[in-house]
Amino acid sequence: MRFLKGFYQFWYDFIIGDDWKIAVAVLAVLLAGFGIVKSGTYNPGVLTVSLAVAVAAAFTVALLVDVRLTKK
Amino acid sequence: MGSSAVWSLALATFAAAVVEMVEALTIVLAMGMTRSWRSTLWGVVAALVALTGFTAVAGYALATWLPESALQLVIGGLLLVFGLQWLRKAVLRSSGRKALHDEALIFEEQRRDALTASDEMRFGLDWFSFVVSFKGVFLEGVEVVFIVITFGLNAHNMPVAIAGAVTAAVVVLVLAVVIRTPLTKVPENTLKYGVGLLLATFGTFWSIEGLGVFTDGRESLPWPGADLVLLPILAGWLILTRILVVALRRPVAQSAAAPVASPVESKVD
Repeated sequence: MRFLKGFYQFWYDFIIGDDWKIAVAVLAVLLAGFGIVKSGTYNPGVLTVSLAVAVAAAFTVALLVDVRLTKK
Repeated sequence: MGSSAVWSLALATFAAAVVEMVEALTIVLAMGMTRSWRSTLWGVVAALVALTGFTAVAGYALATWLPESALQLVIGGLLLVFGLQWLRKAVLRSSGRKALHDEALIFEEQRRDALTASDEMRFGLDWFSFVVSFKGVFLEGVEVVFIVITFGLNAHNMPVAIAGAVTAAVVVLVLAVVIRTPLTKVPENTLKYGVGLLLATFGTFWSIEGLGVFTDGRESLPWPGADLVLLPILAGWLILTRILVVALRRPVAQSAAAPVASPVESKVD
């Protein structure tokens, strides 16, 4: 049990780090991309660029939320 | 691959590996100097063995079982998360909302923890220093492995990527033996910002390209301009982070009270 807890903690620290919002932001964009790809109705060039912009937007929102929460 | 591209690849992996290894070194020095060099070095050896096994197994599994697009999605997604964590800290530090990463301070905190930890012995080793040095080296090492895989595969030149990381290991190790204190003179904050930009760029490129694994043909999604799009992506991250630094900048008086990075936070620093 202790090993499992340590194992989980190691990978949590490794992947999520100290700000879970970043990981959630990336996951949300990739999930949206997954949904669009699965729908089959997209232009690949437009989709790739749009998702890159979405990653940047999600990062900005995560950072602003972080700063706002720290202020309180 | 032109010689400038080879040098860029080697420099990128070298810089990334230096950052990670300096952090691992601080932990190892703190444990060794405070508790037990023997147990600490066994922790380092165990971590290197585990790292070799992990790299062999993960590398074989990734290369054998996963289609290229799935590999891009998995590795790219992880790199994107790492890169954005590094950029987040760079923005917060540059805007005065977080104290600069300070190896001397982190060394002191690690040392204090080591002094107050229990004296539990296992297998004839001081368990605390063994476990802490093992975790420190393994955690930072896995990040280096992912970075080398990404940069090497993307440039189609794995030997140069590996050489960059190995050179970094040798340089950091030699400096550590000569100086015998945490490497505080390494411009870690600047290096981390630069490497964070590269990780976020490759992570964005690969993770989105890798979404093609969900298409019928399982082919990577094509970017306009293919690999050349990496430059505008890099420029985009650079511009966005500079804008955020300016927008979030704090007055000097407030930034002096910014919290110092803790050793826990430094895991993905």
